[in-house]
Amino acid sequence: MTQVKNASVAAVPVHETERKWWHFFTFSTDHKVIGIQYIVTSFIFYLIGGSLATAIRTELATPAPDFVTPEVYNSLLTLHGTVMIFLWIVPAGAGLANYLIPLMIGARDMAFPKLNAVAFWMIPPAGLMLVLSFFLEAPQSGWTSYPPLSLMTGKVGEGIWIFSLLISGTSSILGAINFFVTILKMRVPSMGIHQMPLFCWAMLSTSGLILIGTPVLAGALILLAFDLLAGTAFFNPTGGGDPVVYQHMFWFYSHPAVYIMVLPLFGAISDILPVHARKPIFGYKAIAYSSIAISFLGLIVWAHHMFTSGTPAWLRMFFMITTMVIAVPTGIKVFGWLATIWGGKISLNSAMVFAMGFIAVFVIGGISGVMLAAVPFDIHVHDTYFVVAHLHYVLFGGSVFGIYAAIYHWFPKMTGRMMNEPLGIIHFVLTFIGMNLTFLPMHQLGLLGMNRRIAFYDPRFTSLNQLVTLGSYILAVSTFPFLFNAVWSWLKGKPAADNPWRALTLEWQTSSPPMIENFEVLPVLTTGPYDYGMTHKSTEAGSEPGTPVLSGSPSA
Amino acid sequence: MQGTVDPAKADLNHHAATIATEHEAHPDHRMFGLIVFLGAETMIFMGLFAAYLTFRVVYPEWPPAGTPERELLLPSINTAILIGSSFVIHNAEADIKSNNVKGLQRWFGATALMGIIFLAGQLYEYMHLEFGLKTNLYASTFYVLTGFHGLHVFLGVCLILAVLWRSLKTAHYSEEHHFGVEAAELYWHFVDVIWIILFILLYLL
Repeated sequence: MTQVKNASVAAVPVHETERKWWHFFTFSTDHKVIGIQYIVTSFIFYLIGGSLATAIRTELATPAPDFVTPEVYNSLLTLHGTVMIFLWIVPAGAGLANYLIPLMIGARDMAFPKLNAVAFWMIPPAGLMLVLSFFLEAPQSGWTSYPPLSLMTGKVGEGIWIFSLLISGTSSILGAINFFVTILKMRVPSMGIHQMPLFCWAMLSTSGLILIGTPVLAGALILLAFDLLAGTAFFNPTGGGDPVVYQHMFWFYSHPAVYIMVLPLFGAISDILPVHARKPIFGYKAIAYSSIAISFLGLIVWAHHMFTSGTPAWLRMFFMITTMVIAVPTGIKVFGWLATIWGGKISLNSAMVFAMGFIAVFVIGGISGVMLAAVPFDIHVHDTYFVVAHLHYVLFGGSVFGIYAAIYHWFPKMTGRMMNEPLGIIHFVLTFIGMNLTFLPMHQLGLLGMNRRIAFYDPRFTSLNQLVTLGSYILAVSTFPFLFNAVWSWLKGKPAADNPWRALTLEWQTSSPPMIENFEVLPVLTTGPYDYGMTHKSTEAGSEPGTPVLSGSPSA
Repeated sequence: MQGTVDPAKADLNHHAATIATEHEAHPDHRMFGLIVFLGAETMIFMGLFAAYLTFRVVYPEWPPAGTPERELLLPSINTAILIGSSFVIHNAEADIKSNNVKGLQRWFGATALMGIIFLAGQLYEYMHLEFGLKTNLYASTFYVLTGFHGLHVFLGVCLILAVLWRSLKTAHYSEEHHFGVEAAELYWHFVDVIWIILFILLYLL
């Protein structure tokens, strides 16, 4: 700002770039503050969910329920799933979206900043209520909460679960309204739909899924609440109801939920890989439209969670086919990412190793997913540890690795500090080993017939379970280098430049951290988002001021 | 600012900076946001409708044996009132577009009244129905669906009254600035359309 000599500009008040620490505890309407609030809050819930997992694994180190009672065990697994999904990954994605979208499209904030803040502030009470239920009466019927079981375990615990989800679901919907409108309506004029970063395409698809799917979950929860508290029998067979209707309504949301949890990270990976490989993204339009395809297909596969619920054969056939088809757009992305880094000048920093590790581990999860899509196979492994293995490969290996990659990549932008690289690599190695040791043996456990959600298992599964528990302890330990790194670097890390990765997307063309209104002047695009290694028209002398200049990019 | 700023781009910023002193005018996205929100609201009703239709198809006999005959006169009158109110509220928007605030207030008042009459009619019907919430599956879905819709009518009436209240402030609404009026009207039409579907599903079919 001191470079500016123009007198009329000197009259412009200098934007304060300093955010005080206590701003992050207020009802701020700044999308950057809200984004960080989401990410930090959800990470705290990740630690809680992880502690629950460690407790589960400690119990499962031995066949008998000797660490906790079976009832407490049921509460542990219910809260673990619910917390990880609704209070960790879904809000973490919303946090990244909140922080990045306006910066990436050259906007000063989201379309509805106050609504944005409201959406965030619904998360802490929803989460606190759910977690504190452990000390009052915790829900016990799994994160899926199927009736009639969920109507027979404690009313208070189940009621808290339902209420908590109604609040976090509403938060998700309000966030999605903002993302959808902002991406479609507030891009800088020179940024057409095919010039926006792939993270924005991913969030567009994610928002569509949230808006269509989450309300149906709300409907299911309302009917379940009536059954629980008002004595109706929508889902209770003894009163004439049908429990399978709950399953349909529940999974109509909860299958898209898994794409809601992974699509933002697909988008983030698409934006991280080109930067650290110094290569344009391969297949921009293919990757962009595959996100849309995944969200559309994701809405018509839900009953693959219900292959053993008495669904008729023709329905199972339909869902088997649509589920297998969804592997195609996903595969398009994977091949696009591989082609992106192939022959690139790769910097193996923390962000990049997590991004590359993401691809490897997610693909394993994808393969077990295609296996599960086959009805004849699924009916043998449904409700066994094979499913637990699959879901953790895609959710941990996918979403969590993706979130870590995103944090390492955008931390300098968000905090103005660099993270410690060696510590990041140590974090990656421990996480990679821990994750695979924990979840790989679960495939075998499932094939051997070990049921999920049980505290008491057949002793023949003991040695594999002990291996898994060891892996889970390594995973638990792996969190510490990251935590220490994040906190220490935020306070005392090396100050970051505006653009330490020499990236081309708009968030890097402003200060680290950005000034409160994001940009001094709304930016004019001079390159496509992935034009690494290309010469830009703007480097030629005599370009007209004020005219949007777009170089010939592979996206044109 | 440090960093690898492209000198050509910095030049562009210099020239454009003179415009930056003014607050950048930006278009109003609130209507689009409302439409997206109503999309989500539609989905919650669709989920409940789908559940109702599934129960209907799967249940051996529908309505379940012993369900009293549904009376159609009162609900039909109520339907006419609600549909009529959608035309009434439209007059309000026409009026504010010609800067007629008094007209807006009159028509909004009338719409709120019709909405309240609708709700009163629902309450009357509830009190005189021969089946309760827990009687059978048809009864449960009937009460939850109409009740959930009624809640939305109530919210709509509140919105209309809020806009009416704001219109009392001088020059709050005008020919160019009347988003509140349009928003309340769109929400009201939404509530009306949902009722038409409900009426057909629960009463006619």
